[in-house]
Amino acid sequence: MADSTTLSISSGLAERIRKHGAETYPHECCGALLGRDAGLGSDQKRVREVLDCLPLVNRRDDSPNNRFSIAPMDVIEADRVAQARGIELIGWYHSHPDHPARPSEYDRNHAWPWFSYIIVSVHAGVPKEMASWRLNDDRTEYSQEAIEIQSEAIARP
Amino acid sequence: MSVKVMIPTPLRPHADGKAAVEFQAKSVAEALDQLTAQYADLKKHLFTEEGSLRSFINVYVNGEDIRYLAQENTPTKDGDTIKIIPSIAGGSVTPTTTENPFGEVLQN
Repeated sequence: MADSTTLSISSGLAERIRKHGAETYPHECCGALLGRDAGLGSDQKRVREVLDCLPLVNRRDDSPNNRFSIAPMDVIEADRVAQARGIELIGWYHSHPDHPARPSEYDRNHAWPWFSYIIVSVHAGVPKEMASWRLNDDRTEYSQEAIEIQSEAIARP
Repeated sequence: MSVKVMIPTPLRPHADGKAAVEFQAKSVAEALDQLTAQYADLKKHLFTEEGSLRSFINVYVNGEDIRYLAQENTPTKDGDTIKIIPSIAGGSVTPTTTENPFGEVLQN
C-alpha cells in the first residue's frame, strides 16, 4: 500500500490545472507535476510539494474526450525540465470531462506507483472538484492523497 | 564493461533506490530478465501476467525505441544504455475493447 501522503500545491497552480481542464473541454487535458518529495514528516505522513505544472499535449487524437496519453518524448522533456530546475517529476494531472475526479479502471491499468495523479472533474466546461491519487504498489487499487492548497502571499503595495 | 539499465524514479523503491544497475547482457530481454531476477518486485510493473512488456513501458537502447529495432530481442553490447521510459495514459471511462495507450485496439 502507498504511504499516507499529502500533496501540497499553491492556489495559483491548482487554478492553472483547473483552467487547463476548462480550456480543453470537452477533451481531457494533461500535464506534468514538478516539485519535491519531502519524505516523511514528524507525523509520519509523506508530504509532497508541487512547485510547478507543465501543460502537455494530449496525444490521443482518436478519443480525447475520455482518454489522454503523454508521449515518451514528452515524459523525457518533463523530466529534463525538472532536473534543470533542481526539482523532480513527481506526478501528472489530467481532467475528466463530465466525469468525477476518481480514477477509472483504465486509469488504474495505465498508472505507475509512486507518482501522484491529480484528476480535475470538469462539468459542462466548468472545473469542479480536484483529487489526487496514488497507485498502490500491488497495482490493485489507488489511495487518495489529501491535497493541501496553500494560499499565495498577496503582494502589498 | 556491461550494459547499464536506467530505472525510472517510480520504480526505484523496488530496486533498493538505485537509479541505474549494470548487467552482462547480450540483449534487452537478457538485461530485463536479470533486472527482474535481482529485483522481483519490478516484474509486475514491467510485465503483464502473460509475460509481455506492458504497453505503457517504453524501452530505449542508446536513445532508440526498441519497437523500431528488434523489440526485446534487440542485441546489446558493452557500454550500451537501456532506458525504461513510462508512457503516461489514462482516461475517464473504462474501455469496452482492449487498447494500448496510443489508442490502437489490440488483437487478442
